[in-house]
Amino acid sequence: MGILFEHGNFTLFRDGFLRTLELSAVSAVLALLLGILLAAFRVSPVPALRVFGTVWVNIFRNTPLTLLFIAVNFGLPQLDVHLSPFVFAAIALSAYTGSFVCEVLRSGINTVSLGQAEAARSLGMTFGQTLTLVVLPQAARSVLSPLSSVFIALPRNSAIAGAFSVPELYNVQQTLSDRGYAIFAIFFWVALAYLVISAAVGLLFRVIENRVNRLAVAR
Amino acid sequence: MSSSVLYDAPGPRAKARYRAFGVLAVLGIAGLLWYAYDSLASRNQFSAAMWDPFQYTAVQQLIVNGLLDTLKAFGLAAAFSLVLGALLAAGRLSDHRPVRAVAAAIVQFFRAMPLLIMIFALYQSFFTTSPLWALVTGLTLYNGAVQAEIIRSGVNAVPRGQGEAAYALGMRKSQVMTAILVPQAVRSMLPAIIGQLVVTLKDTSLGFVITYTELLYAGKLIASNTATPDGYPYIPVVLVIGPIYIGMCLLLTALAKWIEARGRRGANRRTPVAA
Repeated sequence: MGILFEHGNFTLFRDGFLRTLELSAVSAVLALLLGILLAAFRVSPVPALRVFGTVWVNIFRNTPLTLLFIAVNFGLPQLDVHLSPFVFAAIALSAYTGSFVCEVLRSGINTVSLGQAEAARSLGMTFGQTLTLVVLPQAARSVLSPLSSVFIALPRNSAIAGAFSVPELYNVQQTLSDRGYAIFAIFFWVALAYLVISAAVGLLFRVIENRVNRLAVAR
Repeated sequence: MSSSVLYDAPGPRAKARYRAFGVLAVLGIAGLLWYAYDSLASRNQFSAAMWDPFQYTAVQQLIVNGLLDTLKAFGLAAAFSLVLGALLAAGRLSDHRPVRAVAAAIVQFFRAMPLLIMIFALYQSFFTTSPLWALVTGLTLYNGAVQAEIIRSGVNAVPRGQGEAAYALGMRKSQVMTAILVPQAVRSMLPAIIGQLVVTLKDTSLGFVITYTELLYAGKLIASNTATPDGYPYIPVVLVIGPIYIGMCLLLTALAKWIEARGRRGANRRTPVAA
């Protein structure tokens, strides 16, 4: 278990840990934005946008993340798009996660009671106003718990980036394994790091949920 | 009237506006598609040399073998993960506190662990010669934990009266579970269970990292072994392999939807009046 404190392994491990956090955070923000946009498409009154949103979500939700990584990492350079592995990984992760966020938001929008949107419309609000001012804030409450499982899954999925030369935790596991350390000791530390991240994201969502619920009660 | 709660059935002016937006959207999407096609074509991604490998029987055989290996890993992992899920769910619903605690710890641990980390560790420790079993074991542990949670929440969602009535008739706990609660739970949770099987199917592609010869590995092999004047045919390979995965996943999802619709019909028939 002491392998972490030998031969500069600690720096390697710490950098990997931070890189996992960084990649997950960047992808989370991008996925959230993409998911909101796609969800707006999927509930919009314009049929062409609805079809586009549906097709997009069905493609990205049903493609294995590993295949997306291959498409981005090996496909884009063929088109003369040359970015760092980190950016490629963020693109693949957020495109994948964004479609899951979209589905969560869409089902959340459907849980808001009909009367709310009807009232907003009868006050003369447009589609955009109804969605952003009335429906989405109320959907937030029912959306939080499925959204938390999407964002807890994100750091786990980010491990695949390690196989595509982003020096994050999975990559660290590979490197240490190549250096000949016992796999159990490596697994212990990497597993611990992921447990910490999962727990932190879970805690964050519980805090947000409490805050939202308290606001709802106060009103 | 309208299909969504967010907007009214459009009047004449709104209709014209939606149509304008529709035209704009179609133009925008068409532009995007054309841009994608053009940038692919201008870099000779559609040249004959790029697509040539798919004409060889050996390459076609490679793809079919890869598909079969993917399905083999999926079948094994699906069966084992359902068994493990049932066991862990039984553990979590047990009357004995230590059993409950152990099952809960196992479920929480494997749900929080990245599959890739686990598969790699299994491959390096127990299954150095057999990537298939490393992949299947990893998939089983992770998906078993998730299936356990699905089954448990399904059993908990069965109306309390069902279990109480069964106990009142003098049934033992095992009888209540197997004859009353689990059949109803499986019925209502089947769509979620199949949804998780879709995840299992997609995750078989992680076998690629530990050199298990599944579909994605076959694709990578084809792409990296074919040198054309315009580079390696990664994009054609993605365009071939992607639809295969998407098709399989959509088939499973369609099955889940069909079962869900069937279940709803059955439930309606049985409980005509909601109490």
